[in-house]
Amino acid sequence: MLSLVIPIAFALVGLALALTLWRLLVGPSPADRILALDTLYVNTIALLVLLGIHLESALYFEAALLIALMGFVGTVALCKYLLRGDIIE
Amino acid sequence: MLRRLLPHPLLTPALALIWLLLVNRFTLGHIVLGLFLSWLIPLFTLRFWPEAVRIQRPLTLMRFIAVVLYDIVVANLIVARRILGRPEALRPAFVSVPLDLKSDLAISLLANTICLTPGTLSARLAQDRTHLLVHGLHVPDPAQLVADIKQRYEAPLKEVFEC
Amino acid sequence: MLDYLLSFLILTGAVFTLIGSLGLARLRDFYTRLHGPTKATTLGVGSLLIASALYFSTRGAGLSLHEVLVTLFLFITAPVSAHLLAKAALHLRLKSLAKPPEEEGGEA
Repeated sequence: MLSLVIPIAFALVGLALALTLWRLLVGPSPADRILALDTLYVNTIALLVLLGIHLESALYFEAALLIALMGFVGTVALCKYLLRGDIIE
Repeated sequence: MLRRLLPHPLLTPALALIWLLLVNRFTLGHIVLGLFLSWLIPLFTLRFWPEAVRIQRPLTLMRFIAVVLYDIVVANLIVARRILGRPEALRPAFVSVPLDLKSDLAISLLANTICLTPGTLSARLAQDRTHLLVHGLHVPDPAQLVADIKQRYEAPLKEVFEC
Repeated sequence: MLDYLLSFLILTGAVFTLIGSLGLARLRDFYTRLHGPTKATTLGVGSLLIASALYFSTRGAGLSLHEVLVTLFLFITAPVSAHLLAKAALHLRLKSLAKPPEEEGGEA
C-alpha cells in the first residue's frame, strides 16, 4: 500500500512545485513572487518529509527544520523590504 | 525570590519540551539538561520579554485551541472546494472588525488565529488598535463574519488573557 | 491497519499541498491568491509530518516526535508571513477584486 501511495504523493507535490514556480516566473507584482517563494519552501518541506519516509531515513528532518527556519526569516526580510524599502534600519 | 529565579514560569517547561523534541531522545540525562537550559535561557533573555504572560483560565484556553484546530480542518475543506470551483463565483471582501482586546499578546494571537483559519486573513491593524482589517475569500455577509470572529475567537481570548 | 492510516495521511497531505499551489496559480488577484497556500499548505504539510512521526515511531527505535517541532513552527510562522504579505500588498496598493479600504497609516 505505502509503496503505491508514495510515488503518487511525489507526483502531486512535484506538480505543486511546478505550479508555484510558474507563479514565481509570471509574477506580476513583487508581492506575488514573494508569496510564490514562501509557498515554494513549504512545498519543499513536504517533498523532503516524503523523501525521508521513502528512504526510511531520519536525516532529512534536519534539512526540513532548517528550511522552515530560514524560509520564514527570508519571507519576513523581503516583506520588510517591500514595506520600508530597506531591510536593516 | 522565586520571581527573580523564575521570571517566566510558562517559558521554562515550553523550552524544556522543545529541547526534548529537538534531540528526539527522552532519557533522564536530556530531561535534566533541558530543564537546566530552559532555566538559564529566560534569565539571559530577560530584557526581550517586557510583560509576563498570565493565563487566567487554562480550561478555556484548551477549549479555544481545540475549537481552532477543528476550524482549521473543516475550513480547509471549504477553501479547497472554493479553489477547485469557478474563480468568478468568489466574492472576496475587506471587512473591518472592531476590537475589544487591549493587550498586545491577545491582539497578535487573534490576528494569528484569523490567519490560520482558512477563508480569512488579517491584513492590517489600525494605528489606534481599535480595528483589525480582515480579508475574506468568500464573504456573502460581512456582518455575519464579524459576529463569528468576535464570538468564536475574541471572546475566549479576552477571557483567558484579560478578564 | 497502520499502513492504511499512513497512506491516507500521506495522500491527504500531498493533495492539500497541490490544492494550495493550485490556488496560487489559478486565482485572480493577489489577496485571494494569498488564501490558498498559507492555509491548504499548512494542513497539507501538517498531515505529512504527522504521517512521518507515526512512521518513524512504529518502525525505528523508540518514539520519534521531532516532526511535531516543524509542524508547530509552521503553524506559528505561516500566519505571520501571511499577515506581513497582506500588509505589504496594501502598502503597494495592488489591484484587488474586493473594494480596498480607505487609506490609513497602519502599524504593527
